[in-house]
Amino acid sequence: MNFTQRHITVALAAVLGLIAVAYVGVQGNLQLLFGVVVPYLALLLFFEGIIYRVIKWARSPVPFKIPTTAGQVKSLPWVPRTLGDKLDNPESKAWVLGRMALEVLAFRSLFRNTRTELVPDPKFPEKARLVHWSYKWLWLGAIAFHYAFLIIVLRHLRFFFEPTPHAIALLGEIDGFWQFFIPTFYLTDIIIVLALLYLLGRRLANANLRYITLASDYFPLFLILGIVSTGILMRYFFKTDITAVKQLIMGLVSLKPVIPAGISPLFYVHLFLVCVLLAYFPYSKLLHAPGVFFSPTRNLPGDNRWALHVNPWNYPVKFHPYMEYEDQFRDAMYEAGIPVEKEPETAEVEEE
Amino acid sequence: MSLPKPEELARVNYQPPARGWMEVKPDFRPGTYCNAASPKWLEWIDYPYPRQWSVAEEDWQLPENWKEIVLEGMEDRLARFRSLKLFFDICVRCGACADKCHFFLGTGDPKNMPVLRAELLRSVYKRYFTRIGKALGELVGARDLDEKVIKEWFFYLYQCTICRRCSLFCPYGIDMAEMTLLGREMLASIGINIDWAMASVAQCYDKGSHIGATPQAFKDMIDFLAEENERITGIKTPVSYNRKGAEILFVTPSGDYFADPGTFTLMGYLLLFTYLDLDWTFSTYAAEGGNFGWFVSHEMGKRLNAKIYHEAERLKVKWILGGECGHMWRVCNQYMPTWFGQVPSFLEVPVSPVTGTVFENARVHKMVHISEFTADLLRHNKLKLDPQRNAHIKLTFHDSCNTSRGMGIFEEPRYIIQHVLPEGHFFEMPPNTIREKTFCCGSSSGINANENMELRMQGGFPRANAVRYVHERYGVNHLGCICALDRATLPTLLQYWVPEVEVTGITELVGNALVFEGEIERTTDLRDRDLVGVGEQEGGEEEE
Ligand code: SF4
Ligand code: SF4
Repeated sequence: MNFTQRHITVALAAVLGLIAVAYVGVQGNLQLLFGVVVPYLALLLFFEGIIYRVIKWARSPVPFKIPTTAGQVKSLPWVPRTLGDKLDNPESKAWVLGRMALEVLAFRSLFRNTRTELVPDPKFPEKARLVHWSYKWLWLGAIAFHYAFLIIVLRHLRFFFEPTPHAIALLGEIDGFWQFFIPTFYLTDIIIVLALLYLLGRRLANANLRYITLASDYFPLFLILGIVSTGILMRYFFKTDITAVKQLIMGLVSLKPVIPAGISPLFYVHLFLVCVLLAYFPYSKLLHAPGVFFSPTRNLPGDNRWALHVNPWNYPVKFHPYMEYEDQFRDAMYEAGIPVEKEPETAEVEEE
Repeated sequence: MSLPKPEELARVNYQPPARGWMEVKPDFRPGTYCNAASPKWLEWIDYPYPRQWSVAEEDWQLPENWKEIVLEGMEDRLARFRSLKLFFDICVRCGACADKCHFFLGTGDPKNMPVLRAELLRSVYKRYFTRIGKALGELVGARDLDEKVIKEWFFYLYQCTICRRCSLFCPYGIDMAEMTLLGREMLASIGINIDWAMASVAQCYDKGSHIGATPQAFKDMIDFLAEENERITGIKTPVSYNRKGAEILFVTPSGDYFADPGTFTLMGYLLLFTYLDLDWTFSTYAAEGGNFGWFVSHEMGKRLNAKIYHEAERLKVKWILGGECGHMWRVCNQYMPTWFGQVPSFLEVPVSPVTGTVFENARVHKMVHISEFTADLLRHNKLKLDPQRNAHIKLTFHDSCNTSRGMGIFEEPRYIIQHVLPEGHFFEMPPNTIREKTFCCGSSSGINANENMELRMQGGFPRANAVRYVHERYGVNHLGCICALDRATLPTLLQYWVPEVEVTGITELVGNALVFEGEIERTTDLRDRDLVGVGEQEGGEEEE
């Protein structure tokens, strides 16, 4: 097996294995384990892991103020700066908020994406030309995935509240605006599947991406695909008892867990995969979600020249001070007419 | 060493090897790497494990406990740099940074994709500092640290010019430049350095400039350029050295006084300062603006940079003016006051003595960029210019990586260009190759040696290719820049890829265009090239 095959196989086998574990477990009447113990454990791992990481990042020092400046810096008042400049090279913490908001909510940097191709060009002596296209597909795929994911999570909140909050009900209605099917078909279900397939497909289609993609990259993709497909199956094809599911979840939320009858194994598989995702999150690249807020190339203002940044571990270093340098070159400097602190004779006398 | 023809080098193969990247080892082919540092330089600056070793040989003579040193060094850096820890933790391997690196575009080597360059380091972090990496190994991209890994680090960390183009495109701002620098620090901790960089560092440390000029030699070089000015313009441009009580300390990289075409930029500075009757001085001690130390470690960067404020204090100047330089400005902008640890209160907030403009944007750090300074003069109409003296120049402008992505100075040089060139003589390169998206010269960060010329030409290919484009399309014959390293490396690059185009500093163009009272009639530019209209008297008359 080559590199890619090995990494895909392991990731796929892991997800299929997890599905099997949950399915078999529930057939063997382990509802309590998969409906109560595992969810609590996953939540614990999720929060413990994230808090641990975030504290670790937050505690580690930021020695230098190194924003990646992506627009005209604030300099003389008449030098033109567009709104884009102000956001991409923020002059103050307030503008940093703007930059971060754009980054987190609109994936600003990814929006900048280009793709470079080497095309033959007989007019050039070297017979080749690099063309740099603007390339927004990755941005689109990423934004579609993340927002669909977010909306789906929010929609699920209806299982966590009794009665369902108005805003969440409304979200569901908007998402299910296209009422061609019964039950209402959610737009986000289609979007997330397409986006996931795109994100997976691009990793497989591009040789260089394939080269860098590890099992730990395929795994979350397969896992989320598993979550989404079990969810879709349950909603549209193999219905489960929604009231019982809500009872189970309300039991978990109110810390009075119950295992109502009538919940299909499919649901437990779905739940189990979600739990794995939660537990996996803090130990993997999924940390990019909290991590982006800490990125020193993004969350610091480009105000280096008018606001001092203090490095908490700054220490004195050995450098070559002027007087040593003059000692080294005094005579020659004097002869060349370069001013010196001590004239050669004085220096000699001092030495004696 | 024979360099392949441009046509051959431009046939880049972007197909990755069949085997996984952990199994593929670098091919130390002559032309692609820099020589090992001579022990002499390391001794000069108290660097560890000086020894004679060679990259091409199997045995790099690492210290016995090299592995311990590296892992401890990594642990220490993880604790001191949030950036490193975070960048190790959060990369999703989306590949958005992949085709942004000029070394990847020029070599096609997948390990030159910033994401994979980072993995070379990250894999060791995963293996030794994360539980999941210890448990799952290769599946999560973790691997053991062995000598082969060290060799790979060396190869690829010196195929990165710390240009930050990758960090611009990364959705989390992951900055390979930061990791490269920290990685080079770890290599240096076991005595692995490259000669070109270390020689420059040691010379800067000891004498004051990377070429190792003694104070008297420094003065000679600059006096010579002042004489050149007088010969060409009839104007004396006197220079003072180490003069106490001058208002301004001028610091510029040594590239501006020791080799063409940087020297013409320096002549431009001298003309400009004379024109303004500025009260300024050079320092033979803080004679290097370029900070070669920062190419090898944060600490070495500080050890060299310390001279600037130290000298400004000794000479009791009011503020510092900085010449055209890329990494000097990245360092001075993003590191200098932080290294110094406090506001340099012995200096004053810079005020232009000519226009009275207060440089509020430099109020803490007390150093003004020559382009800001000149743009302000132009804004206040303080310079009499004859742009026709630059009529032989069709210009495009190369934004230097460091002033672009480590500062953000884009408009000032363009504003100057507008004033010193005749209308219609300025052409931008394609938008995805300029400003914040600019491509590196391919030879920065201490790798502009001779022995790695093939690599340099590959790394500079995207830049040169965009220059080729504007040359073919608009007849551009000059590439302007505000970076001395560019002026040192781009002529070589363009000589190879686009020999029709020459490299010029922006202040050189100012020097050409400045009209002095009492000057002799200018027939040539500062490079002794005939001005347009000179020597074609008859044609000129016909036009009348
Ligand atoms: S763009 Fe950023 S997150 Fe994506 S692969 Fe590159 S470094 Fe990693
Ligand atoms: S900093 Fe520049 S040279 Fe280094 S990996 Fe990033 S894009 Fe490439």
